[in-house]
Amino acid sequence: MKYFHLIWAALFRRKARTFFTLISILAAFLLFGMLDATRKAFDSGDSVIGVDRLITTSRYSIITSLPVSLETQMKAIPGVKDVGYSNWFGGIYQDPKNFVLSFAVSDNYFDIYHEIQLSPEQRKAYETTRTGAIVGEALAKRFGWKVGDKIPLQSTIFPQRNGDKTWPFDIVGIYTAAPGAANGTDQQFFFHHKYFEDANAFQSIGTTVGWYALRLNSANDADRVAKAVDALSANSDHETKTQTEQAFNASFAKQIGDIGLIVSAIMGAVFFTLILLTGNTMAQAVRERTSELAVLKTIGFSSHSVLYMVLAESVLLLVIGGVLGLLLAGAFVPIVAKGSGGMLNLPPVGSQTWILGLVLMLVIGAIVGALPAIRAMRLNIVDALAGR
Amino acid sequence: MKTFKKFLGGLLLLAIIVLFLVVWTAMPWQGVVVLAVLLAVWMATTRRGRQTWQVTRVGLSTVTQRLGSSSVVVVGIAGVVGVLVAMLAMSEGFAETLRASGNDHTAIVLRGGSQAELNSVLDRDSANVVMQAPGVKKGPEGRPIASGELVVVANLPRKGDPNSDSNVPIRGVSDDVWALRDNVKIIAGRKFTPGLRELIVGKGAEGQFAGLEVGKSIRLAGQAWTVVGEFESHDALESELWGDTKSVASAYRRGSSVASVTVLLDSPQAFDQFKASLAADPRLKVDVSTTQAYFSKQSEALTKTLRIVGITVGIIMAIGAVFGALNTMFAAIQARAREIATLRAIGFRGVPVVVSVLLETMLLALLGGVIGAGLVWIIFHHYTASTLGANFSQVVFQLQVGPALLWTGLKWALAIGFIGGLFPALRAARVPVTTALREL
Repeated sequence: MKYFHLIWAALFRRKARTFFTLISILAAFLLFGMLDATRKAFDSGDSVIGVDRLITTSRYSIITSLPVSLETQMKAIPGVKDVGYSNWFGGIYQDPKNFVLSFAVSDNYFDIYHEIQLSPEQRKAYETTRTGAIVGEALAKRFGWKVGDKIPLQSTIFPQRNGDKTWPFDIVGIYTAAPGAANGTDQQFFFHHKYFEDANAFQSIGTTVGWYALRLNSANDADRVAKAVDALSANSDHETKTQTEQAFNASFAKQIGDIGLIVSAIMGAVFFTLILLTGNTMAQAVRERTSELAVLKTIGFSSHSVLYMVLAESVLLLVIGGVLGLLLAGAFVPIVAKGSGGMLNLPPVGSQTWILGLVLMLVIGAIVGALPAIRAMRLNIVDALAGR
Repeated sequence: MKTFKKFLGGLLLLAIIVLFLVVWTAMPWQGVVVLAVLLAVWMATTRRGRQTWQVTRVGLSTVTQRLGSSSVVVVGIAGVVGVLVAMLAMSEGFAETLRASGNDHTAIVLRGGSQAELNSVLDRDSANVVMQAPGVKKGPEGRPIASGELVVVANLPRKGDPNSDSNVPIRGVSDDVWALRDNVKIIAGRKFTPGLRELIVGKGAEGQFAGLEVGKSIRLAGQAWTVVGEFESHDALESELWGDTKSVASAYRRGSSVASVTVLLDSPQAFDQFKASLAADPRLKVDVSTTQAYFSKQSEALTKTLRIVGITVGIIMAIGAVFGALNTMFAAIQARAREIATLRAIGFRGVPVVVSVLLETMLLALLGGVIGAGLVWIIFHHYTASTLGANFSQVVFQLQVGPALLWTGLKWALAIGFIGGLFPALRAARVPVTTALREL
């Protein structure tokens, strides 16, 4: 570290070149930050909160509903703590563009999804209001909803018994998502399944539910319980498929397309370019300074010190550019998320992205610095000073 | 005074770049060809032009000695163009697939506010009213040519990944569908027989999902169905499995209701009359659109998102590439400083020097653009992908790397080359000859 000022001075020996290289690196890490956020937005299956939950859906298709009679049978399976259910509502608010992730849910749903955090008063208010709805913080913010608001939500699927497709709701609570909850948890809209059944034009809704969510005593039982649940309806006309919440979410993410693959391909292209750019700059810098490095060696710097100094210079260059890029990404991501009108639900640049980013900066810095550094180390003083 | 002059000079440069970008983006390819021809004529006929050609030749002949740094420009720009073209190809391919699914002489009717067929239900009576409406073309026996259709979704695994579940659309269609959708051709096996549990599969679906080969049997809603044929239509319908409406409805217990009615219109002009008569009918509450409008609308959101993402990523990468090019070209003129100064000392003016440096950068950029766009074309042209569409089910589409997109990519490459070359070029022409000669 005592040579820091030397490294710093070397780094800014040619200000223009360093500045240009820094901007290239900055651009690359800005992209990295944004693409990582996008990847996370599509990959909500890695939350640790839901490990003790199973999702039971119809084996045949996502749109086939399941009989309510399964609930009591499921509860009787050892290892099952609680069983809740939910139904897709397909809500839109005012304009078809304003799609709302809305669900009609059983009363115990918030005990199963404990990451949905609601104050006891609001929970109480929800339980006593037939048309009560609770909404996620982010969703409420998006439309400016407050507790006490009466809002109409139009369903793209379910008309009311009187033929009207617009359902009135009273917002009685706004919940926050516990830390570590899956991305998008705070974007949802929940209301009573009972209200949904009673007011629905489709009478069969009273005897079926969309899917079941099971909370287990222990995540270790997941396999056994899943098999037991599926055995309940084996060979009937409503066979089920039970899987962990992670697997369920992951299969959804996969359906949107192989976003992960596309993103890694882009990142690969970006980083390949970046390594080439920075490596070239470093090689240039060292070539230019050949005589200076020789002088350093002459006055007693060891070959290894020269090696480390060149390496440190390259790592420093990457870290400065990379950190600036990621900071910029942090500022950029919310703007992009807002600009997409809620379609792209981007999580902020989190600690994971930062850690991965920093590791990449160090590794790439070391890789691109390696060749010039080795060349500097092997420098023959006499030849270098003579300009050969 | 000197700083003020410098400031004005900078401002002028910025204005030139902005002007260039505006003109450049608006220019059709013919314009660029004309420009290139004009440049060639100038270089061949005038003295200045010939000088420029000489300087450029010297510059180009030394490119091989600066292979490392020159390849930075080429690879950097190849990366930008590659990413941009790939993203736009995806957006384009998806939009094109859905656009091709509709036309202006058929109309689709859904329950009011449904947006997609999956959400829509029309009872038998409403469907009959729709089919009898004025504007619908009648067949030889005087029956309207119309198909009441039902879309349901089944879980099928993706090929090569038995544990994955994809939502695959199954469409129940009536007999008239062959008259309505004349682009659908059976390419293997035969049509399904109404009343039986038989399916025909789209070529796209067959390619993406497991177990859909002709002759295989699959389970839907707990019953065994036989795949009896494969069809091709070059649009989004190819992602689907088709069966008889009545059989599908009974398997999924839909009674006699359908999700949508597609009708053949007397002519594209008959649409207004058809729509007006349905809107005026008090028995109905339906949404009417031409199939063209209906399918195009389904691609809007995703296409737009892909375009925005592609262009944003492209711009950020382009900024990175511009600075990479600046670095390289500054280094290049640095290395040639003495040579350029000598040329200027013996009477070469600024213009040939500026133009030759610009030309060199843009040629490198062009090479990068060709490599980037070419790689994307080789890898992704007609690459088959699928994603979740409006019906909550998979739409299989192909990436389209057409000439228009390749051209867009090349334009970007040349624009990056221009900006990346302009500053070093001006610098080369501006450095006082004496200073440059004394250097090194």
